[in-house]
Amino acid sequence: MNLPVITVSQLNLYIKKMFDSDLSFASVILSGEISNLSPHYRSGHVYFSLKDENSSVKAVMFAREASRLRFRPENGMKVIAFGRVSVFERDGVYQLYVKELEPDGAGALSVAFEQLKKRLESKGWFDPAHKKPLPAFPKRVGVITSPNGAALQDILNIIGRRFPLCEVIVAGVTVQGNAASGEIIEAVERFNKEKLADVLIVGRGGGSAEDLWCFNDEALAAAVYKSEIPVISAVGHETDFTICDFVSDVRAPTPSAAAELAVPDIISLTHSLEALTDSLYSNYVSAVREKRLRLELLTAKRSFSEVSGLFEGERRRLEKMMDSINNLVSDAVEKNSRRCQTAAERLNRCAVNYIGAEKLRFAKDVTSLKRLDPLAVLLRGYAAVELNGTMASSVDAINVDDDITVLMSDGQLRCRVEEKRLKP
Amino acid sequence: MTYENAIKRLEEIVNELEKGGKTLDESVKLFEEGAGLADFCDKALKNAELKITMLNSRENGDE
Repeated sequence: MNLPVITVSQLNLYIKKMFDSDLSFASVILSGEISNLSPHYRSGHVYFSLKDENSSVKAVMFAREASRLRFRPENGMKVIAFGRVSVFERDGVYQLYVKELEPDGAGALSVAFEQLKKRLESKGWFDPAHKKPLPAFPKRVGVITSPNGAALQDILNIIGRRFPLCEVIVAGVTVQGNAASGEIIEAVERFNKEKLADVLIVGRGGGSAEDLWCFNDEALAAAVYKSEIPVISAVGHETDFTICDFVSDVRAPTPSAAAELAVPDIISLTHSLEALTDSLYSNYVSAVREKRLRLELLTAKRSFSEVSGLFEGERRRLEKMMDSINNLVSDAVEKNSRRCQTAAERLNRCAVNYIGAEKLRFAKDVTSLKRLDPLAVLLRGYAAVELNGTMASSVDAINVDDDITVLMSDGQLRCRVEEKRLKP
Repeated sequence: MTYENAIKRLEEIVNELEKGGKTLDESVKLFEEGAGLADFCDKALKNAELKITMLNSRENGDE
């Protein structure tokens, strides 16, 4: 055997040269499943194997390429790898040097999205218990979006129309590209640190998944999660979902919808104010009514002899009551608001009815009083006897030859007593 | 006084009147206060104008 003795290094170098001279190894697109994944955290290189049902091949992705990955490679993940096949001389193995890696099937972005979503969900960041309620009447609404976008105009229009009682504080930021998430985070943190708003709207108008990508940033999610101010997330259209949407306190399908969620509607506020004002008036009127009922109850208990005196007192009190109601009515009318007027008219009607009913009752009571008038019996044919201007109720008070007056319903008779008989 | 506080007080007053058991004087006082609040709220809703402030990222910042 005249063969030369060669070293291991020489052999591996020779094989490497053979591989590298074959152009079909220079660019390879390989489909397979990731296994034996061992990311090298310090260097950033990623080592793994790609396998199918029968075979497996080693692969490496260096830090420079791996850092550009949008998703995290995982064991068992089906991927398409692009790279070159060459030999690692030290170990005598051939392997795939991966330049680009794509999930097989779903796109890299959607895989990255699902991964981050799963990770944050397991941290409890989407937990409904952590979500803060939105304030009913925000004084200041913070808006974090592009200062030039249509989204901002939509938000300002809707808040201006729905709830102009509040102030809108706008933090203009970039909403796509590499700088975006950093600027948004900074704005969220500033609103919180300086307590500039009662509720925050973070968002932008529609765009491609790539455009909206900055809202899928983990650090941005952390800033929204930690925000003390409730955050409404409104990114893109109704069909777009971002991590920011999940971690926020409320997800709005669009920026316009976010504005509607952030503030109450002045029309419903006006309605409930009207309802409140109406019940203020009606409760007031019934409070006064209640006084009248109590008064009636008291009057009913009084005996006949007290009635006429009481009527005077009651009438005075009634008049005072009516005066104060009338004053209030004219005050209300002066305020000149249409609603006040209708309420005042209602009140006035109530008052008029009240006075009318009182008068009627008063007149009725006077009639019944008259019925009890002793002189009223004369109408029925009886007569009364008067001596020296006082009513005589017994013959004891009258003697023979006294001058008496006999009262009848239609006149008087002057008489002289001739004889006196006592009842046997 | 804010709109929110005014509405809250107005609701209290309406509830108080609804409960009853007040003297006439008390009722009149409550009603007068309530009518004033309703007027305030009405004006606030009618005259409100949205205020917009732009935050400049380099302004007022602590950085």
